[in-house]
Amino acid sequence: MSAPVASRAAGTAPDAAKPLLSVRDLRKHFAIRGGILSRVVDKVHAVDGVSFDIKAGETLGVVGESGCGKSTTGRCILRLIEPSSGEVWFQDADVMKMDRNALQAMRRDMQIIFQDPYASLNPRLTIGAIIGEALIIHKLVKSRQAMEDRVVQLLETVGLRPDHMRRFPHEFSGGQRQRIGIARALAVEPKLLICDEPVSALDVSIQAQVINLLEDLQEQFGLTYLFIAHDLSVVEHISTRIAVMYLGRVVEIAPAAELYDTPLHPYSEALLSAVPIPDPTIKRKRIMLQGDVPNPIRPPSGCHFHTRCPIAKPDCATRVPELRESKPGHWVSCHYRG
Amino acid sequence: MAEPLLDIRGLKTWFKTDDGMVRAVDGVDLHIDRGETLGVVGESGCGKTVTARSVLKLIDMPPGRFEAGQILWQGRDLIPLSMDEMDKIRAKEIAIIFQEPMTSLNPVYTVGDQIAEVIALHQKLSRKQAIAGAAEMLRLVDIPNPERRVHDYPHQFSGGMRQRVMIAMALSCQPKLLIADEPTTALDVTIQAQILELMQEMKERFGMAIMLITHAMGVVAETCQRVTVMYAGNVVEEASVEALFGDPRHPYTQGLIRSIPRVDRSAEKKQRLEAIAGTVPNLLDPPLGCRFAARCKFAMDVCTQGLPPLKEVGPGHYVRCVL
Repeated sequence: MSAPVASRAAGTAPDAAKPLLSVRDLRKHFAIRGGILSRVVDKVHAVDGVSFDIKAGETLGVVGESGCGKSTTGRCILRLIEPSSGEVWFQDADVMKMDRNALQAMRRDMQIIFQDPYASLNPRLTIGAIIGEALIIHKLVKSRQAMEDRVVQLLETVGLRPDHMRRFPHEFSGGQRQRIGIARALAVEPKLLICDEPVSALDVSIQAQVINLLEDLQEQFGLTYLFIAHDLSVVEHISTRIAVMYLGRVVEIAPAAELYDTPLHPYSEALLSAVPIPDPTIKRKRIMLQGDVPNPIRPPSGCHFHTRCPIAKPDCATRVPELRESKPGHWVSCHYRG
Repeated sequence: MAEPLLDIRGLKTWFKTDDGMVRAVDGVDLHIDRGETLGVVGESGCGKTVTARSVLKLIDMPPGRFEAGQILWQGRDLIPLSMDEMDKIRAKEIAIIFQEPMTSLNPVYTVGDQIAEVIALHQKLSRKQAIAGAAEMLRLVDIPNPERRVHDYPHQFSGGMRQRVMIAMALSCQPKLLIADEPTTALDVTIQAQILELMQEMKERFGMAIMLITHAMGVVAETCQRVTVMYAGNVVEEASVEALFGDPRHPYTQGLIRSIPRVDRSAEKKQRLEAIAGTVPNLLDPPLGCRFAARCKFAMDVCTQGLPPLKEVGPGHYVRCVL
């Protein structure tokens, strides 16, 4: 949103003010095929024009309900899913133009951890092999001994014991498996870590352990996070800035405290008011949204939110709102707010 | 004092496995009065769901078995009852809704047929009347176009709408107690708010009691009058919702409340979350004393010697801790 992307040529000298990652008008449309010829009969607009920047060392939280496109956005940035269109710039390099080798080299600097620590670890490999694999792929160790030393060091960094190296994923609890996923991501010393719902599958007491670990690691290694989650309280806690998504679009981006104190978009406002507060003495007025999130195959015209918006006016159904800067650093996409 | 609607005393529900006996519920006491909402909170594996299912005897036996205790429903023990006798209580007096409504609805019948079946348990009605009754229940839970939707199948509803269908079905015989097992855990936060509001409305309309099983402290604070906190098969604390959040006494409850990030506290500088170290003990071979001792920062020698009793620390406020 700051400097126009066109003026940024690849390979220019790094600049402190420049974002580590820039995403511009990212789109991903999944084709729905049907009939005997498997023709494309429709498209799901999973990500429908998303733009944001992440500065080195900050945590950008991405929050939204199921199907808003937050996970697809994370995967498109790494090109684990090929985006349909748009631009992704990482450390001044154009990710969309990278070939296989360049992508693999780039992924050393940009890693991802997933929600389900049960599904993302190979059950047939020991923890040592799972973490060591990345070291071998990226040729970061010269000998077996060096690999083991590094694995031990990583296990200790994430709060596990060296002897855990010889065990298999099924021998660990959910929280421990998430620590293993984090150790694997850290093995290649990345700059940016995409965290896709990293604590959603964990119990609250374990969730707090993993959040604290992520905060410690950020401080220790100067990591930058893209933190994707549906739980607003977790996102608020960990993020520097937050982007709120609804049906494939960013509706608001603001510094975390500002978003929670003065949300501008009616959707952000409703989302915040829906979070139950663990204090029975606080009675708040809840903004109750009517109905469900519409089908992303045929999202509503104009502003995607107009069908559930408490302040919608007739033109919201025809005009698509632009994401514009309402206050310094606080962007909102609504015709009538901000 | 009036007799409680449901009074569970010293309930032990154990499961026999190849590795030995799993003491999933190991001496649980709790009660629910008429018309109140009791929250049962705890993390995965604390025994909250097994306790709920034990009430309706929805536990497969074997491998499960009732090792000890009583489940007094309006003064009558449910444990010795036969399945036929239980059928008279299920749905009509005690109904249950689950976390994942898709797995509790039959995919090959319309939702109208499924609700009508429950209605027919309780009244002699023609099919047409029963379907009309089902449509009326769908209207009550705010499903748009109920006369048309009554002929739809479960997959044609969204997650939130399916949970409304489940609530409609559960309420169609006007039970005295609704057991809601993580009813909003699979739902998005704006839909969760809708379902919690609906449950509150239905409770007021039918005057039923609710046993709300959840891991979400925020949901408890906003919907319950009393709370029972469970840990590793035991009740560790019981209190009014005000006392539990205002003056939590058990170290586990304190940890649970402090480990949650708070949306409403953004103005204050962010504090580090207070995580509870370690993990839940294995219920195959639970520790001898207090089950939380290994993770408790106040643990002393006495804690590992025997299970402390639940003691009253304030009116209606009970804690299982030596401190």
